Order: sequence, then C-alpha cells, then structure tokens
Amino acid sequence: MISHLPPAAILIVGALLVPLFKGKVKSAYLLLLPILGFVNLLGLSHGDHLHTQFLGYTLTVLYCDRLSLLFGYIFHIITFLTVLYALGERNDLEYIAGLAYAGSALGVVFAGDLLTLFIFWEMMTISSVGLIWARRTERAFKAGVRYFIIHAIGGVLLLFGIILRIHETGSPSFGYIGLDGLSSYLIFIGFGVNCAWPLLHAWLTDAYPEATIAGTVFLSAFTTKAAVYVLARAYPGAEPLIWIGAIMTAFPIFYAVIENDLRRVLAYSLINQVGFMVVGVGIGTQLAINGATAHAFNDILFKALLFMSMGAVLKQTGRINATGLGGLYKSMPFTCAFCIVGAASISAFPLFSAFVSKSMVMSAAAHEGFTAIWLILLFASAGVFHHAGIKIPFFAFFSHDSGLRPKEAPFNMLLAMGITAFLCIFIGVFPQYLYSILPYQVDYVPYTTSHVLSQLELLFFSALAFTLLMLSGIYPAEMRAVNLDIDWFYRKGARAFLWALDVPGAALGKFLGKRVFGATVDYLEWFGMNPVVALIMAGESAVAVFAGPEYRESLRKRVEADLEHYPGNVTRHWAMGTAVLWVTVILVAYLLLYYRQ
Amino acid sequence: MKEHFFDKKSNVTLFIRGLFAICVLLVGADIWIRIHGEFGWDGFTGFYAAFGFVACVGLVLTAKSILRKLVKRREDYYD
Repeated sequence: MISHLPPAAILIVGALLVPLFKGKVKSAYLLLLPILGFVNLLGLSHGDHLHTQFLGYTLTVLYCDRLSLLFGYIFHIITFLTVLYALGERNDLEYIAGLAYAGSALGVVFAGDLLTLFIFWEMMTISSVGLIWARRTERAFKAGVRYFIIHAIGGVLLLFGIILRIHETGSPSFGYIGLDGLSSYLIFIGFGVNCAWPLLHAWLTDAYPEATIAGTVFLSAFTTKAAVYVLARAYPGAEPLIWIGAIMTAFPIFYAVIENDLRRVLAYSLINQVGFMVVGVGIGTQLAINGATAHAFNDILFKALLFMSMGAVLKQTGRINATGLGGLYKSMPFTCAFCIVGAASISAFPLFSAFVSKSMVMSAAAHEGFTAIWLILLFASAGVFHHAGIKIPFFAFFSHDSGLRPKEAPFNMLLAMGITAFLCIFIGVFPQYLYSILPYQVDYVPYTTSHVLSQLELLFFSALAFTLLMLSGIYPAEMRAVNLDIDWFYRKGARAFLWALDVPGAALGKFLGKRVFGATVDYLEWFGMNPVVALIMAGESAVAVFAGPEYRESLRKRVEADLEHYPGNVTRHWAMGTAVLWVTVILVAYLLLYYRQ
Repeated sequence: MKEHFFDKKSNVTLFIRGLFAICVLLVGADIWIRIHGEFGWDGFTGFYAAFGFVACVGLVLTAKSILRKLVKRREDYYD
C-alpha cells in the first residue's frame, strides 16, 4: 500500500480527538494512534510528495528518504511506549500535548521545505510547553514560561534566517545548507537552541525536570533529536559542530555529579549524549552520520527508559532528590532492574545499545585524525557511566536505606519500561537490524575483541573509582541545593531588569511626568488662555534683548503689566479695523487659490 | 522486617570484592590479548583502565572542589 498521508497529520488530528473518548476505549484509542502512524509510515515511498502553493512558492509537506524514515520509525516507537507508560494519567492535557508534540516532531522530520519545517518547529514548542504546565505547580509554570521565551527567541532567529535564505536562493526547499553567509548562520543557531548547545542549553535542564512524569519522557525524545535530524540534513560536515558537540559531551557531566534532583541529572546527561550526535554530524563522513543517527535512535530509547524509571520513583514516593531516596530495590525490584538496563545502555556496556552506536562516532573521530576530540569523547564516556550509569540507580535504589517501601510501579508503567529495556538489549545484541535502516551502508563491526575489552576496562575502572571514592568518603555527599547555570543570567537578569524598571525607572517616569509632560501641558493651557497677548509678550521680550537701555526698560514694564493682568481682557487688542483687515487677507488668499486650480 | 540482599554486610563486601576481581581479570586479559586501538598508542596495556580511573577521580574532584564551590546556592535561591 502506498500512502501519501503526512505522518504528522495522524498524531496531531488524533490528539485533538482525545477528549471524545473515555475509560478503556480512550486507552485503546491512544495506543492505536502511533500504531496507525507506523503502518502509514511503512507505506511511504521515497521522494517528494504533497505539494502546495503558498505566496507563490511551492511547498513540499512530505519529503521522505532513509534519514527521515529512521527518525520517523523511532518517533513512532517512542510515542507508543510513552503513551503506554502514561495510561494511568487522568489529565487530558498531557495526552493532547504529548501527541501533538510527537506529531509536530514528525512534521519537522518529513518537511521538504523551510516554511513547513518552521511551522512544525513552532508547533513543537507550543505543544511541549503543555507537558510542562500540565504538572500544575507554580515552579512548573514559571519554568514553562522561561522555556517558551527561549524557544520563541530561537524561533525568531530561525525565521529571519529562513526568510533571508528564501530571498537569496529563490526557493524554500530544505536540504543541504552548509555554513555560508548570514542566513545560514541564523538557521544554524536557530537549530542550535533546540539542540541545547552550550550556553543555549539551560532551558533543557531548567524545564525538563519540572514537567509531568510522562511529560519528561516525551520531552526527552523529540526536541533535541529533531534538532540533530535537521543538523544532519542541512549541516553535515560543518566543522564548528565538532567542537560544539565535544563541549556538550564534557561539561554537563560535572554538573551531573553534584546535582541532587535525579531527573535533572538525566537532563544533563541528555545534553552529554546529544553531544556525541553533534560531533558525528560535524565530522560528516558516512560512518559519522551513521553513528550520529544510530545513537539518536538508541538514545531516545535508553534515555526514555531512565526517565521512565525515575518517573516511576517520583510517582510512587513523591520524591526525586537523591537525598530523600535510597534502598528502593527492596520494594520496586522491577523498576530497579529496568533502570539498570537503561544505565548499562547509556554507558555503552557490550550487549547494550549505545555500545553499537556511540563507538561509530568515536571511530569516525579517530579515522579523521581528531585526537583531542576523541580524548574528550572518551572522557565523556567514562563520565556518563559515572553519573548516569552508577549515580542514578545507586542513589535511587541502593545507597543508604531511606526507609521508604513504596509499592512497585503500576503494570502499564512496568510494561512500557520492560518493552523499552528489551529494545535496548535487542539492539545491543543484534545491531544488524538497526544498521540496516541507517542512512548509509554500514560496514562497521562493533564486536571485536579489542573494542569489547577496551570498553570493559574503561567502564569497570570507572566503577572502581566510584567505589573507592565512596568507601573513602571523598565522593561528594548529595546536598539539597540549587546549582547555578546559564539560566541564572535570565532568571536573575530578569529580576534586575524589573528592579531597574521599578526603582530608577519609576523615578525617571515621575520626573518626566512632572517636569516635562506636566509642565508642557500647564504651559499650553496658560498660552491658550490668550495666545495673542502671550505672543506679544514673547515678541516684546525678544525685542527687549536687542533694544537700547531706555526702550528695554519700557518694554519690560509693559510685559510685567501684561503678565500681571494675564490673560486679562481677551479681546482687548482686537481693534475692529485689524480684524477686518485679516478677514480681507484670508478671503483674497482663498480667492487666488481657488482660481489657480 | 524482611532482610534484603544488601542489608547483609558480607554481601556488600562480596560485591565489592567481585568488582576488584573483575578489574584484575580485565587487566590480566589486556596483557594476554593485545588491544588494537584507534591510534596505536591506545593499545598500550592498561591504557583504557588507567584512563577510566583517572578520568572519574578527576571528574569527581573537579566537580566537588571547584564547580560546587562556584555554583552551589541555597535551595530557595530563586524563590
């Protein structure tokens, strides 16, 4: 069956119909939507479809190739799993926002032109805010507003870039752009905001941990991976990406070590993993692009699994801080086991998914001679095991016993985590299936003795370091604290701006109101009482400046007398003859003008 | 109250000894089997082991003694 139905349409229209269903029918309907979408996806053929005219340009709403299909598959899979995970929720906003968000991300991935891309890009922002606001706390509301503002700014940059680009090239089509000139840089940075580049990243670590339990799982999958997709399509081989990505892999792990909120630890590790993909896109060889996209596919699964397990902990205990948790393996053994699978996958243990994808990016870096980058990535690989692989399961499920004995997570959550965990292991054991849908032909062999042994050495000695630091008491104790990040500049900066408006701003306003605007009105009012006398006084005062001493004295006296009686008799200076003269002048002028026409 | 696996001190010790044993075995294997690394110099015996250990100790010490000093604030800092 050949289909030309845009994948975005099924989920977005489907999202709007959610409130019509109730109870079990609703659960079935929610699960059916991504399945329908997936079936539709299987019927899509490569190439341009669905053209439409807009402002004289031809738009391509549906463009399909191996790259877009790869992201299409995983976006549907994760939508299904997250919906399954969320089924217990009674809040319709979560389902509507989540499905519309997933649909918009699919719209981006299958957009054949820049305008379609932009529309879906903005729809992603709008729908994803719903997932944060659905938490219905003041913290979440404020974090959502900050998230929205940053994405709105990124969106404006992107729009400027797109308009300039269309003006320059005369075509809105979306494909390879490369870094050449202002428009390409604006689009590049617009993409970079969603990709959580260093300095542009704080919206992610600020807002994701504030979203609802299922909301964070949705959020972890789409925005950053859609950004990786557009970078892979438009900027493969753009060298700045190599360094941007390398910094992304390295700096968040330092934050992750000292962060107390375990979902925020995962948010930092999300940036770290996206960093590997960005490096791959920047290198731009076939191996690197394969690695970047394969890692995006895997990361969506294991990051979702980790967020799901922490969401289950939050749901069952009401806590997410490392300081308040510990010992949960005793009463939540399944969640604990699934979390460990996610941890092993993100850490790239042999037989788990990241092992077969992250190493492609690292090999590509080594093949192209980027030794320093390779060393940073190796450091980040050790670091990710340390903070995501060990810290997350250790502090939540082991560590000191918090005394909490919550019930195991609900069945639908366990099922969603179980399927996701299965996929993480399946891909790790049978990488050939993932390799067969990558953009380019794969001749990479992940399971060599050297690779397995070197990776095991790296990981086990990282674990050894953690254990020794723990036993010796050097490992930093978890603390209830806020760690400042780039969002400080706008969170405190906005307050400074408001203070400036409030204190010096108000004083300036008062001054302007009284001395400038108030005084002007008062003067005009005074002038209006008898403009003729006022003008005569002004004229006499002006003449007095140039007159001889005696005449000046008499003029001054007249002005003083006039001022004293002002406005005085308004008609005093209007002799009948003068008035008649003026009327005559005006009539003659009118007559002349009339005849000239 | 039911006793769980890690409630027993001896099980924790067993677990940690297991980790040490795996580390020793891995380095032993590295001496036996030559790692063909990406560059050549990374095939040096124990390179990945040393790198992983040093990287993690460095990471933790930097995060604890530099980053935390710079960025840690009270929990209600933004409220």
